[in-house]
Amino acid sequence: MTAATGIGARVLRTEDKRFLTGTGRYVDDLPLARATYAYFLRSPHAHAKIKSIDISAAAKMPGVVNIFTGKDLVDAKVGGLICGWVVKDKHGEPHKAPAHPVMAVDTVRYVGDTVAMIVANSHDEAKDAAEAIKIDYDVKPATIDLATALGKGAAEVHPEAPGNLIYDWEIGVKADVDAAFAKAAHVTKLDLVNNRLIPNAMEPRAAAADYDKGTGNYTLWSTSQNPHVLRLILSAFVLGIPEHKLRVVAPDVGGGFGSKIFCYADETMVCWAASRVGRPIKWTAERSESFQTDCHGRDHVTHAELALDKDGKFLALKVETIANMGAYLSTFSTAVPTYLYATLLAGQYTTPLIYANVKAALTHTAPVDAYRGAGRPEATFVIESIVSKAAAEMKIDAAELRRKNFIPSTAFPYQTPVALQYDSGNYPPIIDEAMKIADYKGFEARRAEAKSRGKLRGIGFSSYIEACGLAPSQVVGSLGAGVGQWESAQIKFNPTGNVQVMTGAHSHGQGHETTFAQLIHDKLGVPMDQIEIVHGDTATTPFGMGTYGSRSLAVGGSAIVKATEKIIAKGKKVAAHLMEASVADVEFENGTFKVAGTDKSVPLAQVVFAAYVPHNYPHADTEPGMDENAFYDPANFVYPAGTQICELEIDPETGTTEIVAFTAIDDFGNIINPMIVEGQVHGGIVQGVGQALMEGAVYDKSTGQLISGSYMDYTMPRADNFPSFKLGYKTTPCPHNPLGVKGCGEAGAIASPAAVMNAIHNALAPIGVKHVEMPATPLNVWQSIQGAQRQAAE
Amino acid sequence: MTISVAMTVNGKAVSGKVEARTLLVQFLREHLGMTGTHVGCDTSQCGACVVHVDGKSVKSCTILAVQAEGAKVLTIEGLAESADKLHPMQEAFRENHALQCGFCTPGMVMSAIDMVKRHNYQLDEATVRRELEGNLCRCTGYHNIVKAILAAAPAMKSAGV
Repeated sequence: MTAATGIGARVLRTEDKRFLTGTGRYVDDLPLARATYAYFLRSPHAHAKIKSIDISAAAKMPGVVNIFTGKDLVDAKVGGLICGWVVKDKHGEPHKAPAHPVMAVDTVRYVGDTVAMIVANSHDEAKDAAEAIKIDYDVKPATIDLATALGKGAAEVHPEAPGNLIYDWEIGVKADVDAAFAKAAHVTKLDLVNNRLIPNAMEPRAAAADYDKGTGNYTLWSTSQNPHVLRLILSAFVLGIPEHKLRVVAPDVGGGFGSKIFCYADETMVCWAASRVGRPIKWTAERSESFQTDCHGRDHVTHAELALDKDGKFLALKVETIANMGAYLSTFSTAVPTYLYATLLAGQYTTPLIYANVKAALTHTAPVDAYRGAGRPEATFVIESIVSKAAAEMKIDAAELRRKNFIPSTAFPYQTPVALQYDSGNYPPIIDEAMKIADYKGFEARRAEAKSRGKLRGIGFSSYIEACGLAPSQVVGSLGAGVGQWESAQIKFNPTGNVQVMTGAHSHGQGHETTFAQLIHDKLGVPMDQIEIVHGDTATTPFGMGTYGSRSLAVGGSAIVKATEKIIAKGKKVAAHLMEASVADVEFENGTFKVAGTDKSVPLAQVVFAAYVPHNYPHADTEPGMDENAFYDPANFVYPAGTQICELEIDPETGTTEIVAFTAIDDFGNIINPMIVEGQVHGGIVQGVGQALMEGAVYDKSTGQLISGSYMDYTMPRADNFPSFKLGYKTTPCPHNPLGVKGCGEAGAIASPAAVMNAIHNALAPIGVKHVEMPATPLNVWQSIQGAQRQAAE
Repeated sequence: MTISVAMTVNGKAVSGKVEARTLLVQFLREHLGMTGTHVGCDTSQCGACVVHVDGKSVKSCTILAVQAEGAKVLTIEGLAESADKLHPMQEAFRENHALQCGFCTPGMVMSAIDMVKRHNYQLDEATVRRELEGNLCRCTGYHNIVKAILAAAPAMKSAGV
């Protein structure tokens, strides 16, 4: 290897050239001869009975090829969409699992629920025909507001879940926590809402399918983060197409952030209908459809209490959360507010006792599932908000209170009271570095200076931990996951010495084609331009779990490393034969096999050639070829951690918040490509700040109409909302994967909402504002200021 | 009813028959098969579809194909001088890791070039951030896009593009 391109090097991305020249190939870009175009008619009501659907006029519209409704799926015995993680409630009973028909049959349950599929010769003709479908709805009362969804009188979403309750789940021993609270010198209480978000990957979801009548083979192109899992679900549970007759391809995918993990109705329909239509079908969501039908994220209502002794040591934490599931249980929805949330409530702290109770509720809104961070941002927001509030109440410096309660570096591996065992970490140097870079000491002077300009300046901390690298199969299996979470890799050398690396992970912005190539280059010495990373096609890659939960490098990268070890082991046998040496004497370094203590050597490319043209070959104990598979199932999650500090100014006249400085210091373990890691952190921070300051899905509480249903109404973060960020690293390598890496994809979004909101509360505390909910829009902040001023005047 | 349109795209004369409602972006993607220009929204907000029409950046989802009759259209596919020689803005995006999933990238690059020219190759960070109002990116947090544009401005000037 060379230092310029191996592990740790800032290597420019291989994939960039096609994206920069307009030659990327996303699903909607596929040229499919004789293609038809699908359009989905969606429910305009949050809750209604379908009395009748009349497609007769629409069927006669120009260009219409076929129209399908839910009844066609019932007749064809198509299964429902599934939820793949069984959560057992506090009595040990599995969660309620209401049916999730691919298209509504007799009831629609949210605005956007799929009602009919129109297939036509063009998108516009399909859309025109949709307008001619006549549906007689009997509109029913809807449950929209999460806070009252479990209350008496709330309209029922599914008869299988009485009272809209999916599960009432708990972790920890409540009596022990209560006893600790009874002895506390101080108790901090906090009510908060974790606002509902709409993921908004810039590429809308899309699907295309083709059916080969001769072979009976289906090909589905989908904007998927995990094509193998999508194929498994469609084959085994929904469509019944045998797995070997269904190929799923996720080509270039324009961002996911979780929203493209799940198995959706639209792609299912496109695949199913391809054989019935007899021509390829293409579908791409309009942005309005993405807003309505992509799985949303977050959406919790939480009450939390933290018990402290007189010195500020945390004694116990108690958390009660209601989590919104939406109208149907999406693929991983049940796990998000339980195993990916409550298990993180220890944060970076030694809190000895934790109790959490989570109730999952159905509402007549779009399904809610994993979105960047999935449960961990919600947990971090609870912990880091209540810690800062406790610091303010007890008049202890916010950094000092954190430091007082950090898990000491000598305590790893550290068993938390909420199931997880942290493998490694060293938190105090992280916060020290963050405070140095953010010039924490100089803050009060900057606050005073801002005050002289009429601005309210605040500073906020967020010290997060997360569990990612999903996941150790045994651990998640015991927690109810339907599948193991290992990852696969295949390293296939070609006779001429270049190499294809097939991974079960999928890249939709993360830069795997570069980072994974760096691993191969580093371990095997193959030049970067001789390496191709292949991903996203079930026909060409080994079964794998895809990309989510910051798992690609920690799990998929580790599988690649295991496969390189197999290549080296086999190569040594061949090299030993070629050099007439004993295998035990052969060493491998920088792409060359050498006999120890001699000047004999043979390059890997020559060994590979000999393996494919085996005229002089150790046939007795070695097969020809140079092609190795490996699977990696981690021993534990990985635990990235860090501290972010946000500094901002609020204009009390307008309620406008300006972020003036943002610092993030992270421990991601070893870093393969610092350039790519920085990009992941930048993007994550902005998504988290978006949640804190501007983003929020808003449904009309009586009609269930999605009011924030376009970019005119849902505020996306824009370039002028931010300063440039200051980043840094403190590294403790992960002790249990071969690369020593942790995950970096979600950290920014996990930590930043609390950093921003703590800074807002810090800025507004001097004028008496107690609490501001996310998103802290100018209106929201201004109203909070007015409320505090009114209260002060009374 | 179809209407004939003719225009120049990336230096080549093209023509086709379109519906009156056909957008320029649909003409580029569906009629000409030039799929480098993307569609990310339906409210003219995201900027993934930005192209240059007669030298000015335009959201191609917000102009009818027939409105571009006779115009000179430049898309992301026509930007690089050759397969090996990227436009300085493309090169700056690559050098500064200003793209991740690549979906917003074509529109970002086209907007950025127009921005640099309108400001006569003189830009500061605040101006770049303000000028990016019409382009959304969900991956990069804009940090590296801003860096790339600031780096590209002098490079474009010295390259005379």
